[in-house]
Amino acid sequence: MEISTTRRGFIKGLIAVGSLLVLPATLLAAMVRPKAAFDSKEIDASIKSLFGDAVVEASDKVNLKVPEIAENGAVVPITISTDIEGVESISVVIDNNPNPLSAIFNLTDAVAAEVSTRVKMGKSSPVRAMVKANGKIYFTTKEVKVTIGGCGG
Amino acid sequence: MADKSVKIRGKVKEGVAKVKVLISHPMETGTRRSADTGELIPAKYIEEVVFTHNGNDVLTAYWGTSVSKNPYSAFIIKSAASGDKVGARWSDNTGATGANEIVMK
Repeated sequence: MEISTTRRGFIKGLIAVGSLLVLPATLLAAMVRPKAAFDSKEIDASIKSLFGDAVVEASDKVNLKVPEIAENGAVVPITISTDIEGVESISVVIDNNPNPLSAIFNLTDAVAAEVSTRVKMGKSSPVRAMVKANGKIYFTTKEVKVTIGGCGG
Repeated sequence: MADKSVKIRGKVKEGVAKVKVLISHPMETGTRRSADTGELIPAKYIEEVVFTHNGNDVLTAYWGTSVSKNPYSAFIIKSAASGDKVGARWSDNTGATGANEIVMK
């Protein structure tokens, strides 16, 4: 009897491990850095690689705070916030950088939909704040003029 | 856990915490050339930062080479109290890592 309980316990263990291995692919995708999107030099390809076929639309609910003129392209402060509910991620895309995708922040329910970071800009460029929520992508774009570039140097 | 490469400031006000994190890191793109030798400086940049609240992962950042040197991040924890812990741990493309955690006032 003792052996059979042990075996049952062992099989239960196997099943538990097995269920961990079949996590939904989408959940797994969010837990791994999307290397292809970061390596891409084409903005459209990068966004496509990141968000797939999700609907991408401009939205005034995404607030993007960037300086109009950045004297030093090496340090451009960015704050992105939104009132949209159910935000999964907030991304920063800089159109004219060699690799347009700069940063992705994956949120949990524990944090507010507001993040700040600092980025490098090689030259003047539109900056896009992209918010993923409810399977859709909402974005706001602002133009930042750079007087001294932050890449190469 | 304590690590000088990560500086964290967390302020709790009315149950909400504003957290600021500063990481000492060169964030080399791999496309810059040394002023002395003219040779390319190898890429060294943070790929991932995980921010924690009382040990739970609450925010994960994935970065490319265009995040500024000595990266600064700020975020907000919706529900927090004085005495709560906030932390950050990072890893870069060369396999280097760093982490720190503080107790918020």
